[in-house]
Amino acid sequence: MLALQGSFAEHLQALGRQPGIEPVAVKTAGQLQRVAAIILPGGESTTLRRLLDEAGLTDLLKARIQAGLPVWGTCAGAILLAARIAGETPHLGVMDITVCRNAYGRQIDSFSAAATIPPVSPDPVPLVFIRAPVIEGVGPGVQVLCQLDGRIVAARQEHMLATSFHPELTDDDSFYRYFLSFLG
Amino acid sequence: MDDRSTLNRNLAQMLKGGVIMDVTDAEQAKIAQEAGAVAVMALERVPADIRRQGGVARMSDPKMIKEIQAAVTIPVMAKARIGHIAEARVLQALGIDFIDESEVLTPADDRYHLDKHQFAVPFVCGARDLGEALRRIGEGAAMIRTKGEAGTGNIVEAVRHQRQMQADIRRLQNLPPEERMTFSKEIAAPYDLVCQVAQSGKLPVVNFAAGGVATPADAALMMLLGSEGVFVGSGIFKSKDPARRARAIVQATTYYNDPEVVARVSEGLGEAMTGIELRDIPDSQKMADRGW
Repeated sequence: MLALQGSFAEHLQALGRQPGIEPVAVKTAGQLQRVAAIILPGGESTTLRRLLDEAGLTDLLKARIQAGLPVWGTCAGAILLAARIAGETPHLGVMDITVCRNAYGRQIDSFSAAATIPPVSPDPVPLVFIRAPVIEGVGPGVQVLCQLDGRIVAARQEHMLATSFHPELTDDDSFYRYFLSFLG
Repeated sequence: MDDRSTLNRNLAQMLKGGVIMDVTDAEQAKIAQEAGAVAVMALERVPADIRRQGGVARMSDPKMIKEIQAAVTIPVMAKARIGHIAEARVLQALGIDFIDESEVLTPADDRYHLDKHQFAVPFVCGARDLGEALRRIGEGAAMIRTKGEAGTGNIVEAVRHQRQMQADIRRLQNLPPEERMTFSKEIAAPYDLVCQVAQSGKLPVVNFAAGGVATPADAALMMLLGSEGVFVGSGIFKSKDPARRARAIVQATTYYNDPEVVARVSEGLGEAMTGIELRDIPDSQKMADRGW
């Protein structure tokens, strides 16, 4: 669990409910070397990028993801993963998606919804959007998992998962189980 | 609790572990974002200047707020006077992401705070102890910060408020259930919120430090005392090298538990803002005493 800024405590709490794993807060290169999968939390993506750079984690994280480290980016984390960001230079640029930040507007436009996402869960999953980005486009190797009003809000590319919303803010663990299934 | 209140509390959760910086124009806002701020607070005068110049401090010019909104992608906050319904409505109409109903401005109402449930936009409010925090949350605040004594560069009041908050929570947790009602009467806080804190051991909303943070070590201190993030007002743009100090305070907030990092980022930062000893401030000019 990348623990530089944002909703990492909520993610760690949710991970603590999952059997057979040992959640670790990652703040240093040494910790990043040891994990078997990583979640990039919600927060502010410009802040996260600055902190990754200052800690010398950006290149290492990118290299590990490119070598197959399972990764899940929620909201700001999804922005970090994207190969293309509308109007901006990408951060890690590892996942073949185009994102648009704050696509729904300001805080007053934040909202919650629910959707049935068959690969993830047979039941409707609660979706919480906080100044959320959307995925505007995906490359050929990317599976679209969920669309809301015609806009992509969850996608998977092999070992990489991106969601516009925040499962860590709900008590529904289906996205955690889905992500942990990437570990085999 | 309704959906809007939950979403507003959720936004505060996204700011955790971060630094929110006071800025007075678009240029400063860009410096703050570049340094790693999680949000900026748009205001016309930083608290140190309000303190020096005196007079009535009011909501900022909407033109300045709009320029700052256009300059950055991170959330933009702005201050309304305590109880000033119209200022808060103006800020909501401007699409501000968070309103600070702030004692740093001159209060507009000497008895009542805003009914924050009437707004869709989230509010942050200052508090000196658990009672004050729960009164503000009862009125609809989605986030709490210590008051500290803004514009002094002196951390002692923020420390006092955070310690008091934690002490109140610890005391409440040790009470048997039958004593909670009297406790709630003593601290003048809503009973249902008192029960909630007794069970969870923490405030039901995110709790930041504010008021007097001037150095990376000040930020680390507040995190060590249980704050979930830090507001820096005058401390950055009243110092010698704002961009570097801003980056250093961001680092110290993330790595508050690692003194080696705090030492490294504190090196050669140049002069911090000039501080004020609390005893030198007449009671009538203490901002923390504003709010009811």
